[in-house]
Amino acid sequence: METMDNEQGRKDRADQDRMRLEIDSLSQNEEFARVVVAVFMSRLDPTLEEIDDVKTAVSEAVTNAVIHGYGPEKGIVYIEASIKGKELTVIVRDEGVGIEDLKKAMEPMYTSDKSGERSGMGFSFMEAFMDKLEVDSRPGEGTTVRMKKRIGG
Amino acid sequence: MDKETFSYEARGTVLVIHLPKELDHHNCRDLRHETDLLLAENYIDRIVFDLSRTEFMDSSGIGVLLNRYKQMAGSGGSVTLYGVGAQVERILRVGGLSSLMPCFDTKEAALVL
Repeated sequence: METMDNEQGRKDRADQDRMRLEIDSLSQNEEFARVVVAVFMSRLDPTLEEIDDVKTAVSEAVTNAVIHGYGPEKGIVYIEASIKGKELTVIVRDEGVGIEDLKKAMEPMYTSDKSGERSGMGFSFMEAFMDKLEVDSRPGEGTTVRMKKRIGG
Repeated sequence: MDKETFSYEARGTVLVIHLPKELDHHNCRDLRHETDLLLAENYIDRIVFDLSRTEFMDSSGIGVLLNRYKQMAGSGGSVTLYGVGAQVERILRVGGLSSLMPCFDTKEAALVL
C-alpha cells in the first residue's frame, strides 16, 4: 500500500513538473529566459525543431514585455513553465502598461513602434510556433501570455 | 570574436553585414544606427547579410532585415543573404522574407549575383 502511495505521489509530482523565473525587464535577459525554458523542456526529449519553436515563442513574449510592457520603466518579467504529460505550458507575465486594443495588437504586421525596426510579427510567431496561445491584458495592470505545445507528437 | 556585435565589410558598392550568433531584440539595438551611418557616407546598392554564425533569430531579426530591404528597395538596390541555417530558414519563411531576399550558400555566390 505504501509503495503504491509513493508511486502515486511520484506520478502526481511528475504531473506537476514546473519552474518559475523572475527577471528584470532588461533586453539581455531575453536570451537568458528562452535558454532556461529550452533547458527545462529538454526532459520531454524534444527535437531540435521543437526546441527552436519554443525558444522563438518565449523570446517574442519576453521581448514584448521588455519593450512594450515596461519600456523605459523597469519591472519584473515572470516566466513559468510546466509540463503535464507531453504538453509544455509557458506563461510570460508582466505588470506593465497593458495593451489597450488587444485585437489590433495581435494583427499580423501591426506594431505600435514608430522606428520602423519592429516587424509586428511577435504574436504571429507565438501562434505559428506553439499549438495554443492565449493573451490576457488590462491597461495599467499588465499582460499575461499563455502558450502550450505538445512535444513529441 | 564578440558574438554580440555586428561587423561590416565594404566591397565596392556592396555592404556585407556579418550578423551575431543570436539575432534578437537585444543584439539588434545598434544595427539601425550603424548601417544608417554607413549608408549615408557610402554609395551602397546592395546589402549582403552573413547569417553563417546566426543560430537563433526571432521577429526582431525579421524587423531589421525587412527595414534594410525597404531602404535598399527605395533606392533601387537589393538585399541578399548567405549561410542560412535551419532555424533561421524557418523564421524567414514564416516571416515571409524568403521570397524577398535570395539566399545563397556561400559569400562568393551572394556577392556575384
